[in-house]
Amino acid sequence: MNVIYELILIVFLFVCAIGAFLSERLLIAVVIFMSYSLVMSVIWALLQSPDLAITEAAVGAGVSGILFFITLKRIHALKGTKDE
Amino acid sequence: MNIETNFFKRLNDWVNGEADRLFPELHETDAPKPPEPVATIGPLPNKDVLFLTSYQAVALIVVIGMVSILLYTVYKLPLFGVADNPAVNEVVERYVEKGLEETGAVNVVAGMILDYRAFDTLGESSVLLLAITSVMMLLLKDEKNTDPDEELIEAHEAVIEDHNRDMILQTMTIILMPAIMLYGIYVILNGHLSPGGGFSGGAILGAGLILFASGFGHNRVKKFFNMKTFRTLTTIALLGYGVLKTYSFLLGANHLPTGIPLGTPGAIFSSGLIFVLDICVGLIVACTMYGFFSVFSRGEI
Amino acid sequence: MKQFIVELINDRFMIAAVLLFGLGFMNLLLQKNLIKKIIGFNVMDSSIFLFLASQGYINGRIAPIITNGVFDAEVYINPIPSGLVLTGIVVSVSVTAFFLALTVRLYGIYKTVDFDEIMLLINKEAE
Repeated sequence: MNVIYELILIVFLFVCAIGAFLSERLLIAVVIFMSYSLVMSVIWALLQSPDLAITEAAVGAGVSGILFFITLKRIHALKGTKDE
Repeated sequence: MNIETNFFKRLNDWVNGEADRLFPELHETDAPKPPEPVATIGPLPNKDVLFLTSYQAVALIVVIGMVSILLYTVYKLPLFGVADNPAVNEVVERYVEKGLEETGAVNVVAGMILDYRAFDTLGESSVLLLAITSVMMLLLKDEKNTDPDEELIEAHEAVIEDHNRDMILQTMTIILMPAIMLYGIYVILNGHLSPGGGFSGGAILGAGLILFASGFGHNRVKKFFNMKTFRTLTTIALLGYGVLKTYSFLLGANHLPTGIPLGTPGAIFSSGLIFVLDICVGLIVACTMYGFFSVFSRGEI
Repeated sequence: MKQFIVELINDRFMIAAVLLFGLGFMNLLLQKNLIKKIIGFNVMDSSIFLFLASQGYINGRIAPIITNGVFDAEVYINPIPSGLVLTGIVVSVSVTAFFLALTVRLYGIYKTVDFDEIMLLINKEAE
């Protein structure tokens, strides 16, 4: 049962990675990458490493996503805002 | 009466999508346009097209070859999740069986990275300092990397932001901020007892500060966290970490006995130096994370 | 054949890590947009972390937090990969921030984040 759950999560990882690379808009790519990080943190909780899970959820999905967003704002790549 | 009908007409237009804004007089659009891209790029020369196509093919071949070699290695590696894996050797046994006795930390990972391998973590905190230093070198505002147009736009945006703060964001910040800060401090202080520790707790504290800054503006944060605080906290945390770990040079190679009582395992004031070192790491990570945000978004801390 | 599939499923994390590494590397090489190159680099990073963490896992054992005074090494998983990866995650976010800062500076000079256009502009400047 656990194995099936882990396999589903791995499929999610691949879907997120490929989706982030194929998406046209950079904002969508970054959001998909953040969800990739979240799936990764769930996998670490399943691999019995809760330290890694909590760090990845705070750093990978939180702070580095924010850094990507600010960079997109700085390079005027956020569509739908006045920066475009 | 006149004002009211005017308002409803405008509302109607806005709902139907005919007018862009409900209150156009609030959004004065005299901001200078962002500078046009300078690039006008013609078709590629023939040589470059040849290079680009061959580059893609070569890259594909390299990646496929490397992945197949790695897959073959994985096939030859010991099976996943087996106890007699060569990675599980006497070092692991020592860490798990003697860890609590020697370091006083219930969480073996915290005891390992902050006591047995504390120099590793010191180097890693220095990497954080190095990263924030190089980001500041690249992005801090000085006369060489600013141009007057962009400064004008940013000043204009700052004025607009100060007058139109998002109410939903502010209310949610007031509700969430104490909980986030409390949770971050809890994670840092309980690093030796439960999952977490300096890295994750510091990242949570930094994320709380970032939330506050985006809700209430940088100037509100500047009242309690500015460049001076940043420098003081980072220096104190790194120097404190270094000074606390130098005793192993003074006492010889076997640097495990500190002389500090380890306390009862499971109590919050236990495990000797790990408690203090966790706070140092948490401080430097929180400062770095907020520093990244601040330097990226505004060019200063 | 059946045994091969069983082994494949058993080694699921390592295989996924290798494939994700290849995916990230391919995007690092082939994407034209610098932001997407950085995302590819991050995917490579976390795939290596996944490989390391999966080396430390042992079936049926629990996380290395000593509970109820059980000190037996047969009960807990290997804590060393967790410690290594913990430092690695924070270093990877530092590297990401550095890359993004370089990207912002490049945009400030060339007004684009497309790698090919930047190379063309550099060539044009050199002529």
